[in-house]
Amino acid sequence: MTLNEHPLRHISSKAWTWVRQNLMSTWYNGVLTLICLWLLYQGLRWGVVWATTQADWQVIPANLSLFFVGQFPPGQIWRLWLILMLVSGLGGLSWGNRSGILPRQLRRGGLLILGLLLIAAIAVPLSLPLRVWILAVTVTFMAGFGLGYYDQGYLGKWIPLAWVFVLLAGLWLIRGGLGLKFVPTNLWSGLLLTLLTAILSILLSFPLGVLLALGRQSQLFVIRGFCILYIEIIRGFPLIGILFTAQVMLPLFLPVGTRPDRVVRAIAGLVLFSAAYLAENVRGGLQSIPRGQVEAARALGLNPVLVVWLIVLPQALRAVIPAIVGQFIGLFKDTSLLAIVGLVELTGIARSILANPNFLGDYAEVYLFVGLIYWVFCMSMSLASRRLEQQLSVREQ
Amino acid sequence: MTRFPIQLKPFWRDVRFWRYAGQVLAVVAIASFALLLWNNLSRNLQQLGIQLGFDFLQSQAAFDIGETPIAYSPTDPYRQALLIGLLNSLRIMVVGILLATVVGVTVGIARLSDNWLVRQLAALYVETLRNTPLLLQLFFWYFAVFLNLPATRNALVLPGSIYLSQRGILLPWLQPNTVTPIWLACLGGGLVLVGGIWFRQQQRRQQPGSASRIWLVVLSAIALAGLLAWLLTAQPPLDWDLPRQTGAGLAGGLWLSSEFATLLIGLTLYTAAFIAEIVRAGIQAVPKGQWEAARALGLQSGLVMRLVVFPQALRIIVPPLTSQYLNLAKNSSLAIAVGYPDIYFVASTTFNQTGRAVEVMLLLMGTYLSISLLISLVMNLYNRAVQVKER
Repeated sequence: MTLNEHPLRHISSKAWTWVRQNLMSTWYNGVLTLICLWLLYQGLRWGVVWATTQADWQVIPANLSLFFVGQFPPGQIWRLWLILMLVSGLGGLSWGNRSGILPRQLRRGGLLILGLLLIAAIAVPLSLPLRVWILAVTVTFMAGFGLGYYDQGYLGKWIPLAWVFVLLAGLWLIRGGLGLKFVPTNLWSGLLLTLLTAILSILLSFPLGVLLALGRQSQLFVIRGFCILYIEIIRGFPLIGILFTAQVMLPLFLPVGTRPDRVVRAIAGLVLFSAAYLAENVRGGLQSIPRGQVEAARALGLNPVLVVWLIVLPQALRAVIPAIVGQFIGLFKDTSLLAIVGLVELTGIARSILANPNFLGDYAEVYLFVGLIYWVFCMSMSLASRRLEQQLSVREQ
Repeated sequence: MTRFPIQLKPFWRDVRFWRYAGQVLAVVAIASFALLLWNNLSRNLQQLGIQLGFDFLQSQAAFDIGETPIAYSPTDPYRQALLIGLLNSLRIMVVGILLATVVGVTVGIARLSDNWLVRQLAALYVETLRNTPLLLQLFFWYFAVFLNLPATRNALVLPGSIYLSQRGILLPWLQPNTVTPIWLACLGGGLVLVGGIWFRQQQRRQQPGSASRIWLVVLSAIALAGLLAWLLTAQPPLDWDLPRQTGAGLAGGLWLSSEFATLLIGLTLYTAAFIAEIVRAGIQAVPKGQWEAARALGLQSGLVMRLVVFPQALRIIVPPLTSQYLNLAKNSSLAIAVGYPDIYFVASTTFNQTGRAVEVMLLLMGTYLSISLLISLVMNLYNRAVQVKER
């Protein structure tokens, strides 16, 4: 057998060919690769040395519950775990219901995450109650997914109602009252407050944003003018200004003596801000609907309200779902600004942990950990949005 | 033949009536809502004992400001302090927009590079910075990086005489000296000459077949002007102002305070990540046929990008780029988190001292709206220039 026919000749040449094509295709690409490799090496070496010798990683395990649930009374944290179980169960149900034949990567990725959670529940040396809760959440998710996947349609139609119920139950479990111990809003902090304000703000700003978008297109010039004025003024003002205005001036505009809760003021500010941006996104969707749809609907005898509700909005919203998810990701990141107006959410709790004399100077460790939490949430939302976009564009073809 | 009487529709069946009624109803609703808010506001302000009015701008500001591009002392009135805040804001916005564009376009093109390593590094940069909040990044840069720099005595010196210390960044800068006006006059004359040659050549270029070596002419005119100035003065027009260690600390050079440097680096890197995605999407939107046709004509990939692809990509890039510039301008208000005295910080301090919420908010709104309007106007002019000129 000659050298050219030897069965092993492909092994080394494939890797080498890849390196030549992708890293050194021209002389300056080769130089660029060398420079990048050198920079990477220096950066990684410095980073690893810092992380293993100079960094004080103790600050994170010591404050883990502060990061996630803030100052929530430790005896009542079981309520938050209950919310997590409800959400994961219903989430599994919704996901299982919607997925047809599972794509292979999804199966692999999902199994990987579930495997990691099971390992965390069994092997990692966390405290026993924590492990039991993680196991419970994972099992609930898998049960929900299985139920949804094999469902014949009976459960599927109850899912939207179930989400509303879970939202209300979640609010009740966080706040207390009606049989549960009351937890005042100044104890809501950390990731709990971030998620709460982000979810409530996006839910409340949705109807307002859609109304503004419809009003902006209205033929009644008073309504159109008012909507345009509102949208342009809010979009021209920085978010932190709006949050400060909400904190300081909202009590001034309400009847004398009412002092709304600080979380309520923050959510009001976020809702007003987000509605303006959402209105612009939805306007793009409204403009993409062919005029024939509206004319056909009127020809069928539908009044303007029904035309909007049954024909225009479903098509417009489906067209701009990626932009709306992007808006939600932006809002999730913008909740970090609440730290400046005095609410202690994830960024705020990081600052108060750093004010603890025991952990003075551990800025990089804490901010990297908090950044990782934000990154995980935003990256998963962004990947989900890309998947959704792909699904929708395939469906349109 | 019977004649049917003309039947008038009752007015509540006429859509025009409902349109007018709807507008009247909307006006009444908005007016009554505004009246309700105004009533509540005046009653609350009365209770707090505050009068609405802008006369507080004349009273003395009793606070000091860290960085003042123009002269300021705590005995100056509030409007002087607010003016300084505005100048600081404009400083960070202009430099931030310029730097963010440069970095963003570079990273965007790097995302599409042939080199796998460069592509992955650019993707890592974009995905990391886009998915973390800007405030967190600013805190990280300020507390974990800039406040950990050594004291001025042991300042870090980068090649090129750049000093990094607790005080901030000191960059080598150029300073005009006595012969600068002569140089300026000569170069001005050279530019006038160039302008004249340009006009003559414009007419020449309209005719087919004439090669226009106009850049050569322009460069030689400027070189001649420089030579003339050199013969007159025998000195370069600008002197290096290098930072150096003196007995009393660091001196010289351009001083960027820690706060300004944090805000600049944080804003630039964050906005550049978004601009990189916009540039990448714009370049990828240009049809592949353009690349192939340009390569078929024999152009190298650098020229293809510069002459064929990028001008077409600009049409798609400019509108979202405008909104990123507006975002940078609004995000500069996060200077309050790191202590850089921009317009928002100064206005906030003013409010804390005077309690005038409504007036300060109106001033801030007016400022930010005007800046946003200005940026939008300029970018819309540029947008019109790069759009396809349809018949």
